[in-house]
Amino acid sequence: MRAEGAGPEDTGGAGSTLLPEAGEAGRTAPHAGGEPILEVRGLVKHYPLTRGILFKKQIGAVKAVDGVDFDLAAGETLGIVGESGCGKSTVARMLVHLEPPTGGVIRYKGEDVTKLSGRALKAVRRNIQMVFQDPYTSLNPRMTVGDIIGEPYEIHPEVAPKGSRRQKVQDLLDVVGLNPEYINRYPHQFSGGQRQRIGIARGLALNPEIIVADEPVSALDVSVQAQVVNLLDRLQTEFDLSFLFIAHDLSIVRHISDRVGVMYLGRIVEIGTDEEIYDHPTHPYTQALLSAVPVPDPTAREHRERIILHGDVPSPANIPSGCRFRTRCWKAQERCELEVPLLAVPAVFREADTPARHDSACHFAEEKQVVPQEDLREQPGARRPPALREEDGGPGGPEPGATGGPGDKQG
Amino acid sequence: MLLEVRDLHVEFHTRDGVAKAVNGVNYSVAEGETLAVLGESGSGKSVTAQAVMGILDTPPGRISGGEILFQGHDLLKLKPEQRRRIRGQEMAMIFQDALSSLNPVLSVGEQLGEMFVVHRGMSRGDAKAKAIELMDRVRIPAARERVGNFPHQFSGGMRQRIMIAMALALEPDLIIADEPTTALDVTVQAQVMELLAELQRELNMGLILITHDLGVVADVADRIAVMYAGRIVETAPVHEIYEAPAHPYTKGLLRSIPRLDQKGQELYAIKGLPPNLLHIPPGCAFHPRCPMAQAVCRTDVPPLHTVDEERRSACHFWKETLDAR
Repeated sequence: MRAEGAGPEDTGGAGSTLLPEAGEAGRTAPHAGGEPILEVRGLVKHYPLTRGILFKKQIGAVKAVDGVDFDLAAGETLGIVGESGCGKSTVARMLVHLEPPTGGVIRYKGEDVTKLSGRALKAVRRNIQMVFQDPYTSLNPRMTVGDIIGEPYEIHPEVAPKGSRRQKVQDLLDVVGLNPEYINRYPHQFSGGQRQRIGIARGLALNPEIIVADEPVSALDVSVQAQVVNLLDRLQTEFDLSFLFIAHDLSIVRHISDRVGVMYLGRIVEIGTDEEIYDHPTHPYTQALLSAVPVPDPTAREHRERIILHGDVPSPANIPSGCRFRTRCWKAQERCELEVPLLAVPAVFREADTPARHDSACHFAEEKQVVPQEDLREQPGARRPPALREEDGGPGGPEPGATGGPGDKQG
Repeated sequence: MLLEVRDLHVEFHTRDGVAKAVNGVNYSVAEGETLAVLGESGSGKSVTAQAVMGILDTPPGRISGGEILFQGHDLLKLKPEQRRRIRGQEMAMIFQDALSSLNPVLSVGEQLGEMFVVHRGMSRGDAKAKAIELMDRVRIPAARERVGNFPHQFSGGMRQRIMIAMALALEPDLIIADEPTTALDVTVQAQVMELLAELQRELNMGLILITHDLGVVADVADRIAVMYAGRIVETAPVHEIYEAPAHPYTKGLLRSIPRLDQKGQELYAIKGLPPNLLHIPPGCAFHPRCPMAQAVCRTDVPPLHTVDEERRSACHFWKETLDAR
């Protein structure tokens, strides 16, 4: 939960209650325009730690998600990045109702869905679908592709009457770039990339408005990753989807997202547009995270400043007091131990008209450029791969749909 | 040359037929040099390394041809006990998954000390002192207190440090690191790679870094060998390959990864799928996915052409690939 107030009943944007003047800055208001389709406020998930068998006693809690706020606008892609254990997947699971939250609200089109049940809940779940990480374990090996993709219609028969289902499934296969004739094949007859396409088709089956994708490409080979990323991009435009894209790979998140939130130990520490986060990060954790990502350019070796964090992420069962990042932070002072920094525009940037003016939960926020800038590497002597410059990756590049099309099944 | 692999062939006999995992690989590593072997899953990069280390499962695997020269001696002609002496002492390996590579029922101190007891004939007391020294060296905090801990009591990054300590214990001349940081988070990955590079410089070891991550390669490698379907398709010094790849596959890979410093439009995607090793396409194995493929690519296996003194490319059209930037 937020340290001061800002409880679930607080309807305003997180920032507006804390700093009135930041309200109209519209920082919590999404950039992609339009009303937020999904509002998350003070979302919490604690897993109790118990001792004893017969007389269970709670001795603590694993605070997997510990007060997360964000908005998702219609048609927008919000990326959530963070290291393993930061709670990003738990957030995803709560959004699709696979996990009940311990506290907080998830508002879908203004309605709190955490309290819903029965028919009302079913209607909401239809509109928020998920794509899972591992295409090898998230598809039932005993079901045909047609049954896997068509199964959502069993639960929501109003979407597709019985007679039209087969056609619908074949259309979906076509949309994700698989041969519609493969409808009777089993998951093992497909490669990893093709299986992920099947998972995506299943996510699309009910015409949802929101897709929550949890590490959708991290299990795939490099050359196949690009195909699936392009597919997701295309589907978003085609079906006017809102995406919550969860990943640990910062490069892919930048590529696909309009806005990015950085999570650390169950909280968002910094959130903003992709330019704000990648080119003007103000939170030390974001800076360290970005500087640690290897850039595929050997000339960057000499230019880059590396921030190497010491130690490991603390256990979510034993979160440090004050700022939870302070145990690994090179800027930490006494204040960080005593006072929880709130996710808001830092005071130093509140008046300034710079991209550094975005939410960052740090007492000592300052801008620092850590991603090598293009112009830096244009300097004489600095070389960069020309292969990446010329851009026929656009319409000239192979259609993602064409790739799996031949669907040359492996094995 | 510290290590030279010449025309290595490895195949696996499976129920469905013979899978040709490695089909004539040549590479070499000098002292103090870092060679990155880059490839996707199934490209044969790990199998080659296992053959070099002598830890290939045979059967089903079989080395069907070639030589592995280590300091001038062909390892494939050695007796098993001679190889065992080289392993650990002269060359060592770091695996991807530290948790499953370490013994869960022995303390890390015992596992580290074992190296000295077996290879150097030390007493257990001396070996324990050595273990603490090694843990200090890979910067595990409070090594003296933690030497009796078991692998599960360490975090992922710390476990990978223990793997590194174990590989370095006997100060080998060659280290093979198979995806050493793939299972780690980026901030921890940076710590571990930095440590590995530093120790390598200090001990002037040859390092073979096996990875699929083009970013990690750009960070640490001196030279790169790109593998596809059990062959090396391109080798070059690291700067040259990123600047101007001479093989369409390398070029495709470089263009298909999203970049931290660029908000891309649509990504370039290599079409199709990596080949099935049971049925490697005839001619150039990459031809079904290659935008430059011609008739000759379907029939003739391209030899490793000399691009310049340090560069080789297995493409009939390497000149065109280089020119068509």
